Amino acid sequence: MIEARSLTKRYGDTLAVDNLSFSVEPGKITGFLGPNGAGKTTTMRLILGLDRPTRGTVTVNGKTLEHLAWPMREVGALLDAKAVHGGRSAYNHLLCLAQTNNLSEHRVDEVLALAGLKDVARKRSKGFSLGMGQRLGIAAALLGDPAILMFDEPVNGLDPEGILWIRNLMKALAAEGRTVFVSSHLMSEMENTADHLIVIGRGRLIADCTVDEFIAANSRQTVRVRTPQPDQLAKLAAAAGGTVRDDGDGVMIVQGLVPAQVGDLAFENSIRLHELAPAHASLEQAFMELTASSVEFHAGIPDDRPRHPAHAGKVA
Amino acid sequence: MGGAVMHHPAGRAGFLGTLRSEFTKIRSVRSTYWTLLALVIACVGIGALFSWGQTQRLMRISGGTTLRGRPLPPGAVAGAVAHVAAEIRSSAASISLFGLLIGQLIIIVLGALVITSEYSTGMIRTSLSTMPRRGTIFAAKGVVFGAVALVTGLVTSFLAFFVGQAILSTQHVSTTLGQPDVPRTVIGGGLFLAVCGLLSFGLGMVLRHTAGAIATGIGLMFVLWILSGFLPGPPSGWFGQADIDKWIPFNAGSTIWEHQANGINPFSPWIGFGVFCGYAAAAIIAGLFLFRKRDA
Repeated sequence: MIEARSLTKRYGDTLAVDNLSFSVEPGKITGFLGPNGAGKTTTMRLILGLDRPTRGTVTVNGKTLEHLAWPMREVGALLDAKAVHGGRSAYNHLLCLAQTNNLSEHRVDEVLALAGLKDVARKRSKGFSLGMGQRLGIAAALLGDPAILMFDEPVNGLDPEGILWIRNLMKALAAEGRTVFVSSHLMSEMENTADHLIVIGRGRLIADCTVDEFIAANSRQTVRVRTPQPDQLAKLAAAAGGTVRDDGDGVMIVQGLVPAQVGDLAFENSIRLHELAPAHASLEQAFMELTASSVEFHAGIPDDRPRHPAHAGKVA
Repeated sequence: MGGAVMHHPAGRAGFLGTLRSEFTKIRSVRSTYWTLLALVIACVGIGALFSWGQTQRLMRISGGTTLRGRPLPPGAVAGAVAHVAAEIRSSAASISLFGLLIGQLIIIVLGALVITSEYSTGMIRTSLSTMPRRGTIFAAKGVVFGAVALVTGLVTSFLAFFVGQAILSTQHVSTTLGQPDVPRTVIGGGLFLAVCGLLSFGLGMVLRHTAGAIATGIGLMFVLWILSGFLPGPPSGWFGQADIDKWIPFNAGSTIWEHQANGINPFSPWIGFGVFCGYAAAAIIAGLFLFRKRDA
């Protein structure tokens, strides 16, 4: 169980984490979602005690990491797979970590096998591929057989096989009753793995809900309709309670009405329809819109789509 | 495991395990071996060369010329030989340790690397998330490096001494460990190297940057010492040059292995070495303070 209470971290003028409160529960995969620069890594660094909070607290099993009796046996983390001394062999890297928590050499061999690194155990890790480095980082996180695991963007840069391995591993770990806390900036990745979501933007909590709730609240049902009389239909749809967006070329996206309602409106008012179809805003798009106002750096890409800040559901 | 309830052994992760971990770290990277090998070779080699130079000096003089080949007055040769032989014999131990002048720079490199390589590779973040008690990590690292530096320093110092004496003995100007102050000089050489390394270890923790820590270490130990030989002292009658010179880190620290007091250096060996240890302690305490306080 990880608990953050009013967690705040300021670096100079930058408020990286702003009054964040959440808890991560055991037995499921909790996705930690936010655009790049939202404060995910900073939050994880605060959990691990690498950085000290400016205000607020974060505890692991009720204690700050520094006060855990056996830190590795309670929490394992993969923050940055490159955070190893490349001149040290995989075996010695894991051994020096294991020894701090009185873990045996036998356990080092076990996690090397688990991560599929047995054959390269004696090789220096500077020659490792990205995927092997990631496996070494995960082996380190698993060394103490901890009940809580944290992974920061674990699939970044991995090939499909590596991504699948990590996904299955996380699911297996959660199924064993462990707390799995995994960050990502990709909603699609979370859709595939997470049970619960904590969404942040600009260091603030945006949503704390299950993935299903997030999808229900944010992937809005819309109706795509094409008509030679768009102005007339737009007025009628708006009067009926829909929100209308002109997509150009006679196409309108109506939100808040179902296709039957739009079709009936058109029929009753003798408006010709050339196309009528239900449409889903993708979850990725919902996430983009949800966090749009909280992205730290906007790329200068022209984008004339209107922004709909979504406030439905359990949004904090 | 069947659930989230874990059974952990009694006690807590502490100093002993971290000590073993830090020993694994230092023995499992090649840079340790290369640096220590370079230390031994430099100290022994330069000491041997310098000892050989002293025997050549004595041979020239007994051959009737000065070092530069100018003839000595015939009546002065015997006296000059006796004088130079006595001078060499009385400082035979520190002559054989002359290589420490370069050796100190090499142990500075290793002392800095022990801590700065964790920062340059990012390993420190992994280390701290497995052992978050920073004082424990810092102490274990310092003890392991200090022990490695001391053992290597002592081996180096004794090796340089024996090789140097073997060369000096060809002209019968060597000394032995049975002579007064010689054991202190040779053991002192090892202590000096270890404390140089620890000073650099402290600087490494303060600066967290390899090049910065090494440059600062070399600046303190070597450049200050060279400058002290070139710069004029403060106005006389105020306080003398020697009053400043003796506080220069190298001058203070090397009293313990410089068998012969070299005039500018009024500190007695153990006092001078104590001052030097004080500098190292200041760097280490500053490092510990910052390590505990700063974000990693």
